[in-house]
Amino acid sequence: MKGFEAPDFMAMDGLLTPEERAAGATVRSWVEERFLPVIEEHNRAGTFPMELVPEVAKLGVFGANMSGYGCAGMSNVAYGLIMQELERGDSGLRSFASVQGALCMYPILTFGTDAQREKWLPAMVRGEKIGCFGLTEPDFGSDPGGMRSRARRSGKGYVLNGTKMWITNGSVADVAVVWARTEEGPVRGFLVERGTPGYSARDIKGKFSMRASVTSELVLDNVEIPEENLLPGTEGLRSALMCLNQARYSIAWGAIGAAMACYDTALRYAGSRIVFDKPVAGYQLVQQKLVWMITEISKAQLLVLQLGRLKDDGRARPDQVSMGKMNNVHIALEIARMARDILGANGIIDEYPVARHLCNLETVKTYEGTHDIHTLVIGEAITGLGAYR
Amino acid sequence: MKIIVILKQVPDSETKIKVKGDGSGIETDGIKYVISPYDEYAVEEALKLKEKAGGDSTVTVVSAGPDRTVESIRTALAMGADAAVHVNDPALEGADSLGVARALAKAIQDNGFDIIFAGKQGIDQDNSQVPSAVAELLDIPQVNIIAKFEITEDKSKATVSRRIEGGEETIETSLPALFGCEKGLNEPRYASLPGIMKAKKKPVKTVDLAGLGLDAGEVGAAGSHVKILKWIPLPERQAGKILQGMETAEASKELVRLLREEAKVI
Repeated sequence: MKGFEAPDFMAMDGLLTPEERAAGATVRSWVEERFLPVIEEHNRAGTFPMELVPEVAKLGVFGANMSGYGCAGMSNVAYGLIMQELERGDSGLRSFASVQGALCMYPILTFGTDAQREKWLPAMVRGEKIGCFGLTEPDFGSDPGGMRSRARRSGKGYVLNGTKMWITNGSVADVAVVWARTEEGPVRGFLVERGTPGYSARDIKGKFSMRASVTSELVLDNVEIPEENLLPGTEGLRSALMCLNQARYSIAWGAIGAAMACYDTALRYAGSRIVFDKPVAGYQLVQQKLVWMITEISKAQLLVLQLGRLKDDGRARPDQVSMGKMNNVHIALEIARMARDILGANGIIDEYPVARHLCNLETVKTYEGTHDIHTLVIGEAITGLGAYR
Repeated sequence: MKIIVILKQVPDSETKIKVKGDGSGIETDGIKYVISPYDEYAVEEALKLKEKAGGDSTVTVVSAGPDRTVESIRTALAMGADAAVHVNDPALEGADSLGVARALAKAIQDNGFDIIFAGKQGIDQDNSQVPSAVAELLDIPQVNIIAKFEITEDKSKATVSRRIEGGEETIETSLPALFGCEKGLNEPRYASLPGIMKAKKKPVKTVDLAGLGLDAGEVGAAGSHVKILKWIPLPERQAGKILQGMETAEASKELVRLLREEAKVI
């Protein structure tokens, strides 16, 4: 049977540079040949394929849109296409890469010292060190400003106390970027290394979604860290939101990958499944669904392409990133639901990737800023009136 | 060592090929082009040899084709090749294998070479003629369809294996020589993202037939000894027949009758 080809109804390919096309193509081949054959098994077992991390690193995925320290230095559009291909594999794979790059390497590069960069970035590009990002707390998600985590000055540095929740890569991370409120008031970022006394990570079990991804709770119980582990450039919650903005950008692209996988599966299935005396693709109600899917995918592609170009130009506003994340995850989830419908009973088993993507996207819709919060970000941008509280 | 890879850009094997209405060729709109898969083995073997030989060894990709070929050349450069020569001349459109081989051989000669790798055949027209013709024109030995490759310490000889009916054939040859690569020789590496960025800056020299000192009238389509007269699409597959509502014995009998009398295959 013909292999997967990324749908490109509006011939967007022609708007890409040769490097951007090549970046998407190389990651697509890798996902197809190396990741897809093992994902269902990992999803069933509830494990992330850590054994593939060296291969992802060798491709140069981690921090691919950053420069220096061994990073590939690609455009944000190329990076977006890479994220799309990873999430075509699984949202867990894209999340791993987003957290490593956008939420850990990015703050070290942006807010860190030369020593911190030298220590962590080259090893993180090579996948030898894994990072995570601790902002959300059990009682504070959409309102991180209410966080209870505290950083208290002590002679040699800081003492951290608090709990962080829903932390991707938490228990496998060598370093955590932890956000805590200082005695002076502002929230700042700190590097907490695995093995530091008082610091522990516990995996969250029983997930229906993001099964092939490590999700943990981080506990900080009088964790003493030296002064040099403060990210000196961090200035309040604003710095944490800058990291999230990077990650949200990668989600806006990634969601299209999951949507493409569902659309592709549904289209093939509809073409070969005979009901009464013809393929289900030949019935109007099914065509309506398939057409809605490809139309929304095409619109989503053009949205993030422009978002990427703005970002490459240094002009992408956070509310524009919000629109990308809000819209693309929303349509991806709707597409996954429709694909599941088209597959009938086959839509619920893991012989097809649809239910896995569908469940994953339920997470993607509410993490990194819920759909509703992004709606309010855009609402505030156009009306000038904040409606968060 | 000067290591050469002969590379051909071909339609992706998953592309649905449509023959033009007048049978003069194929519809090229919407075709996705890739490196011919056997040439990927050639690129990988060249890169492995470079890593082993070390020193100032270089891998140069030599390819003939139109402008779009550059994208496949860049992929090979992203995998790790150092430089490329792109023979780009409209006169080569429709040239036969010998003409293409002449152009490639001259480009390779001008560049200099110690060893040449190629795919055993291009997966578009499957002629498997160009590698052998290039070796003849350069007057060097060639072994095609190799599944194993080893080189002596002093790099004067290579030992290669070919799969043959019921066994394996081991051949030793002096160098320089040309090798046609078969599936199984190696696992081609993925082009890495930093590799893609580096490839942008690697030199790709574009030459036309005149630049190679060749006569387009002889080497190009005009001088071809072989001409494709017509392209004919495969006939549409006929709908199958399903035998239903019969006992197994009866159905078997009917099946044999149909195979004999209608399909005429037994």
